[in-house]
Amino acid sequence: MPKLITQVGCPYCGASCDDLEVLVSDDGKKILETRNACVIGSEIFHHATNPNRLKKPRLRQPDGSFKEIEYEEAIDYTAKALLNAKKPLIYGFGSTNCEGISAVGRVAEKAGAVLDNCASICHGPSFLAIFDNGYPSCTLGEVKNRADVIVFWGCNPMHAHPRHTSRYSIFPRGFFTSRGQMHRTVICVDPRETDTAKLADMHLMVKQGHDYDLFNAFRTVLRGHKIPEEVAGIERAKILEVAEKMRNGRFVMIFFGMGCTHTDGRNHNVDIAISLTRDLNDHTKASIMAMRGHYNIAGPGQVWSWQFGFPYCVDLSKGTHAHMNPGETSSIDLAMRDEIDCFVNVGTDAGAHFPIDAVKHLKKHPFITVDPNICMASEISDLHIPVRIVGVEEPGVVYRMDNVPIQFKKVIDGPESVPSDEELFDRIYVRICELTQTEPIWVHGKAPVPASTSRVK
Amino acid sequence: MAEKIVLNMITQRSIEEGQAMEKGKTTQEYFKACSVVEMNPDDMKRLGILINTNVKVTSEVGDVIVKAITPTQFCPPGLAHIRQGVWANQIVPPRTQSTGVPQYSGFPVTIEPARNERIKSALELVQGSVGLWKGGA
Ligand code: SF4
Repeated sequence: MPKLITQVGCPYCGASCDDLEVLVSDDGKKILETRNACVIGSEIFHHATNPNRLKKPRLRQPDGSFKEIEYEEAIDYTAKALLNAKKPLIYGFGSTNCEGISAVGRVAEKAGAVLDNCASICHGPSFLAIFDNGYPSCTLGEVKNRADVIVFWGCNPMHAHPRHTSRYSIFPRGFFTSRGQMHRTVICVDPRETDTAKLADMHLMVKQGHDYDLFNAFRTVLRGHKIPEEVAGIERAKILEVAEKMRNGRFVMIFFGMGCTHTDGRNHNVDIAISLTRDLNDHTKASIMAMRGHYNIAGPGQVWSWQFGFPYCVDLSKGTHAHMNPGETSSIDLAMRDEIDCFVNVGTDAGAHFPIDAVKHLKKHPFITVDPNICMASEISDLHIPVRIVGVEEPGVVYRMDNVPIQFKKVIDGPESVPSDEELFDRIYVRICELTQTEPIWVHGKAPVPASTSRVK
Repeated sequence: MAEKIVLNMITQRSIEEGQAMEKGKTTQEYFKACSVVEMNPDDMKRLGILINTNVKVTSEVGDVIVKAITPTQFCPPGLAHIRQGVWANQIVPPRTQSTGVPQYSGFPVTIEPARNERIKSALELVQGSVGLWKGGA
């Protein structure tokens, strides 16, 4: 009899939905049906059982082709590549669990690497603003139950977080928002008329790159001062109207995304968004949240802040202390300055998502990809190591965009010989210890894994 | 009619990209979803670009051939959008304003018709850029 597994987490976007239902075959090996997921979520579960799934690491040969090798050999290769490099960079973690992220932390410390995650090219500027200006945020549960004015600023959940509006922000009926959408005023600020803008009650088509000006105008108005006829392409009357809506809201929620962090102003756009949130609290309740992209991209920030004191751009190459200075220790900047002499891409695709010049620089040195799937990074790698898919074949803790930790389940067994990220990096750690003739240090009574008697076949 | 125009480029997420990416970046779906540029119909007219024909987009760091399509989400005049992905990243400037984040949105590009030029596959672009492309589909 097929088995229905409920309360399954979706390993794709930052909405981290945990209400999926997955029907699996008798033998626990095949996914028959996925319920409640959006189109992207469904795709992940269906893609997982694709018969062309890689089950062995592949090593690039002198003629440019790939040859399958054993995990033991791949682990040895990675350990040596990390040790031989002066400044290796381990980057990614858009798609893995906190257990894996923590294991990578141990490897990076031992190897003297730079650790960075996808925030570096997404919400990194938000971190900078949050360090400077604080983060008056809340949980998505509070949004659902309380928020009656929702602002989407430079974000497009209808495309990037398809169920965000139905689970948390526009449609759901909550404790103080019992009429759901009827209860909420939705405001969208975006230079394009996105599908989210189409759904909104008001759309401010801000002039691209002028978000700071518009935030500033709102602050000015809320403090009772005059503003010009037009700011950032928006008429004064419209700005006054929206400011009034926010002032009269019972709970204003500002969601912001890449529209703020990917363009001119970067962290300053987020900084002033936080200041606007603070100002609004003189009139009503207001809160703000970064629309984090991936289901556990808040995870590395949490885990590494705990391990090293910094959420991203963590330079451990000094050997004595962790050092973080985005612009200097950030992946793209390091790559463009040619400082990286070994690159490990974990659970992401730098090949597709970095500007191509950064990829070219990184590719001058050993380039390793750890990811379940074939992607652009794997196809230019010297070594590609497949791992189990978190949320499908591997359980684990993930942090949703509001920094709420959620235990994700596994729904099917992964391919037998394929390890999880955590197992793989633990074995790389043990191999590095062997090569450097040092003792592994394990925390929380974690069982040591001798490289020779691996947990996975 | 102008020969080229300068537009302000943004590269952002789309659901088409998200779904296709999970199928795989070497699939036809991903190619279709991401090797496109969207701009205002008036800007297309100014250049004599017909819908669904190829154009060359050039930034300060490079160029890429993509297909001009009718915007699925309205784009005001002066703005252009290539969906996040391999084609966009051929032209995204890696400058970060000392924050680590490249200039994914808000950089000037010139756009010109390139009806007879071929759109390269994702693999050809990425492998080609690092000398690994062996030809083929
Ligand atoms: S909204 Fe995001 S987390 Fe939820 S099912 Fe869709 S992709 Fe998965």
